[in-house]
Amino acid sequence: MRLRAIPLSAWIGIAGIALALFCAIFAPFIAPYGESEIVGDIWAPMGGDFLFGTDNLGRDLLSRLIYGARTTIFVALAATILSFSLGMLLSFVAAVTGGLVDQLFSRFNDLMMAIPTLIFALVVLAVLPQQLWILILVMAILDSTRVYRIGRAVALDVAVMEFVEAARLRGEGTGWIIFREILPNTLSPLLAEFGLRFAFSILFLSTLSFLGLGIQPPAADWGGMVKDNKDGIIFGISAALIPGAAIALLTICINLVVDWLMKRTSSLKGGRGDA
Amino acid sequence: MTEAAGGNPQLSGLAGSGPTTQSPPAASPNDQGSFSPWGGFSRRSPLAALILQRLALSVALLFAVSLMIFGGVEALPGDFATTYLGQSATPQAVENIRKDLGLDQPATTRYFQWLGGALQGDFGTSWASRNSVSEQIGKRLGNSLFLAFFAALISIPLAIGLGMLAVQFRDRLADKVINVFSLAAISLPEFFVGYLLILFFAVQMGIATFPATVYDGMGFTQRLSAIALPTATLVLVVLAHMMRMTRAAILNVMSSAYVETAELKGLSGLRIIARHAAPNAVAPVINVIALNLAYLVVGVVVVEVVFVYPGMGQYMVDAVTVRDMPVVQACGLIFAAFYIFLNMTADILAIIANPRLRHPR
Amino acid sequence: MPEPSTANLLSVRNLKIEATSYPPGEPPKTVTLVEGVNFDVQKGKVLGLIGESGAGKSTIGLTALAYGRGGVRITGGEVLLDGQDLLKLDHAGIRKVRGARVCYVAQSAAAAFNPAHRLGEQVIEASLRHGIMSRAEAEKRALHLFNVLGLPNPETFGQRYPHQVSGGQLQRAMTAMALCPNPDLIVFDEPTTALDVTTQIDVLAAIKHAIEETHTAAIYITHDLAVVAQITDDILVLRHGKMVEYGTVKQIIEAPTQDYTKALVNVRGTGREEAKDQSDTLLKVDNVTAGYSNGFKVLRDVSLHLPKGQTLAVVGESGSGKSTLARVITGLLPPQEGAVTFDGKPLPPALKGRKNEELRRIQMIYQMADTAMNPRQTVRNIVGRPLTFYYGLHGKQKTERVRELLDQIEMGDRFLDRYPAELSGGQKQRVAIARALAARPDLILCDEPTSALDPLVAEGILKLLLKLQEETQVSYMFITHDIATVRAIADSVAVMHRGRLVRFGPKSKVLSPPFDDYTDLLLKSVPEMEIGWLEKVLKTRRMESAGN
Repeated sequence: MRLRAIPLSAWIGIAGIALALFCAIFAPFIAPYGESEIVGDIWAPMGGDFLFGTDNLGRDLLSRLIYGARTTIFVALAATILSFSLGMLLSFVAAVTGGLVDQLFSRFNDLMMAIPTLIFALVVLAVLPQQLWILILVMAILDSTRVYRIGRAVALDVAVMEFVEAARLRGEGTGWIIFREILPNTLSPLLAEFGLRFAFSILFLSTLSFLGLGIQPPAADWGGMVKDNKDGIIFGISAALIPGAAIALLTICINLVVDWLMKRTSSLKGGRGDA
Repeated sequence: MTEAAGGNPQLSGLAGSGPTTQSPPAASPNDQGSFSPWGGFSRRSPLAALILQRLALSVALLFAVSLMIFGGVEALPGDFATTYLGQSATPQAVENIRKDLGLDQPATTRYFQWLGGALQGDFGTSWASRNSVSEQIGKRLGNSLFLAFFAALISIPLAIGLGMLAVQFRDRLADKVINVFSLAAISLPEFFVGYLLILFFAVQMGIATFPATVYDGMGFTQRLSAIALPTATLVLVVLAHMMRMTRAAILNVMSSAYVETAELKGLSGLRIIARHAAPNAVAPVINVIALNLAYLVVGVVVVEVVFVYPGMGQYMVDAVTVRDMPVVQACGLIFAAFYIFLNMTADILAIIANPRLRHPR
Repeated sequence: MPEPSTANLLSVRNLKIEATSYPPGEPPKTVTLVEGVNFDVQKGKVLGLIGESGAGKSTIGLTALAYGRGGVRITGGEVLLDGQDLLKLDHAGIRKVRGARVCYVAQSAAAAFNPAHRLGEQVIEASLRHGIMSRAEAEKRALHLFNVLGLPNPETFGQRYPHQVSGGQLQRAMTAMALCPNPDLIVFDEPTTALDVTTQIDVLAAIKHAIEETHTAAIYITHDLAVVAQITDDILVLRHGKMVEYGTVKQIIEAPTQDYTKALVNVRGTGREEAKDQSDTLLKVDNVTAGYSNGFKVLRDVSLHLPKGQTLAVVGESGSGKSTLARVITGLLPPQEGAVTFDGKPLPPALKGRKNEELRRIQMIYQMADTAMNPRQTVRNIVGRPLTFYYGLHGKQKTERVRELLDQIEMGDRFLDRYPAELSGGQKQRVAIARALAARPDLILCDEPTSALDPLVAEGILKLLLKLQEETQVSYMFITHDIATVRAIADSVAVMHRGRLVRFGPKSKVLSPPFDDYTDLLLKSVPEMEIGWLEKVLKTRRMESAGN
């Protein structure tokens, strides 16, 4: 793998993600003001002391954006990692074991997927107390159904290959077969899928926060910031659009990287055949 | 004729597999062991058998979903009577309310009462407003469908057209431009697109209305102008997905060996597309459309909140905020039913479009 | 060179074909696929293009239709059809040639027919679209061709869909499709390669008959010299995109001048005497019946045995159950009835019930070495794993043993850290053999290990297997569909047909008369490197059916 081979679009994506991660990690050091510190008038215009202006309570929008990166990325990443671990584990077990276990897992997954994710989340969040870990768990479980489906398909693709059969005939255990034979051959598509799921998690979290069911105030998060400032739109105040744009830009960056990863996977496949 | 009797294992294997990955065992031509009436029927007309199976599966799925929505709410912590009255409620008041809402009866009784009511269109009374849920839904469902219908009407032809354009100019500038824009578009949250449109067209240019209020007795054209911005938002959000999937589906067909055969027959480009590619691209494209219509059903939730549009989505979100369970359950069930119905339609249309199933061996 | 003729239909001069490859992580580069190729096809004559995979034979064949598949570009030379250079025509001009004057028959007719339309419509489409004949005329001609090609129920055959007929019938239907518009030239691209031998001979005979009947010229592409000898007038031998030898069939088969051609002609020369003593049994299969849970039985009542240090060839066509037999022996598919005995002890029927020591003694080699090796592991790890797993070898000891094994398979230690993708097809199969040997097994099950390889490479693998058997006294159960391979390596032979064992015994007995019907058909269907073989077989067949 050479750095030269990475296309410009992927570089843009990587740079954008790096910037967002930098903001998230070093938020207290680079934010000019505190997360919920009221520093000026309501909806002060851009420029001057406040690069992006102030919000509906007079808080510095830039500072909240930087702190918001922290919350949004942390929650989305935690949910994605959790959903990925869960979905992968179950799907690989289903693909390798087969039979009744596979049937049971897969039919239950079908059932979960028969309800649209947002609707499912709304029903569940209507009942559960509003706590951060519950939010992460709900997001992770709902998303893991998608991971399960793709994980099972990818694992089955590899599991029917003869080198896996050869390992079985050698007498290897399930652990070896999953981690040494199947997993290394599924990394590329799964990495791309991880990116897709992460982008989806950011959008989903922002949507929930926007609907008032995600992260609760006064903590800053991008979807919630849109909700806070949406009433300004009618007066021509674009404060709500700035966090919205942040969500969009980060998701675009992730998708650019995913797009490259997917192309790379397919070109590896295509490049292997004989002339 | 040895090969006629022996049969080609590759071909017979293909004939059994449906258009989706989970082909039901009854369609397999190998099950020579079963002599059940169903086995005989499915061998004589696999098409009808498969369709019946999908229908039965969808009904079973809907039933399971209703159980999940009801049972999930039941099993989760939190007492609704307390929620309903607030923290300061006296035990006596809580008891009365429980009786009032029917919460003192066993869960199974309440489930069948709820399901029986739902099947007859009666979803009980809202805890928040004490109004009939069905009455509210009756008004709002129409509004939501009105919105989704126009969004679909615009986005489907547009998506297929752009998808075909991208295939026609594959790897050239037009394709790349479409690709970059669609990549950006699938990354945009619905509310961002919505507010952007509001700021631009309603606030700054003043050529569209916001909020998108509709009321009884409103004229058709007025309604149309009211939903212009929400429709545009939905179209933008769903268009990119649909276009990318259409492009992939058509490309897949265009790179097949039978399209090469058509080319080597010296046929014109138009005839290759119309006669050889299109009939085989229909099934995947229908699938794409149905999938995205299902997505549209969910998309209306956020868009309705953004535009303060009196539809099902806003009704549900409001109910979730105040924990108005009968409304949440009713809306959840209806959304899920639409979703299941659209996915089933996609499956069935794809089955019908498959020549291997339409003309069994 | 064949004698020059004034009636050249197609003349190819100085052909050069290039493609752009996109190696991952590197800038794209241009590769030359074909260079300096010249040949002529006279009216009504058949030219054979022969070569191994990567020789560029399909690519050259398609230039007769001015077509480059998958980004392949014809960058130099002339393709003259009746004196007109096809490469200079515009798109409309080329379209008038394709499907009207030059037609194409693909290797996989199953993929080349559109699944959405009836066969008849597809067969007559080009004739109608090019305005060559009216619908009635085209339908009449299609019916005639279905008859000539020996398709069943020719009157109704055209109303069927591609998935409703067998592979051999589809291949003949594709030939009918190419013949229908009365073209000057047809390009046959390995039309019988995907078929079983007994089907191949029927299709081959049908194609030959149809070509003779319609006086169409043809280019016949194949990797099998014996097949091409039956059907063509001239032969062009290709290797790595360059011409090796060009001459008449008689000259190429009977007096080849180039070493490569000589090797191709003599490829089936390997052979050995069968072992005399076949009494010391290693593997015994008793009355095995096996199948899938839906009740379909793939194997019925099969009994055979294999002596120590010898080779049993299991021969049959696709669907005969020969691979299923291997799955039963490995324990992947436990038998429904019957038992397998190994070295005097019964083998537990299912894989799960077997001990590692039992697994070690039976190893397997697959047809596709590509998918049989983990693409993410190096040769060192692929060959080394059984050493660690069965013998607990690590570090230096392990590396030393891997080196020994690589020596045994005639590959050096420079291959130690290569990935499978960096090996050629033959090298991959050798590494797979080394992996099997690493376990020091008593029995190796070989599931068509040479059928995906080019003839010369396959011969090398067979020789290696024989050498290894002498060195290690390992037994082979060798599954194959190729009688020549059976002759080369077997001590005893089992012939299978539709899940049953039809003939079993020492090679000399099984392969000599009196035959049962199926073995007779099978043996007679294998093309021999002899001009006129096809006619001879067809004649005896006709006499037999007349006699019945």
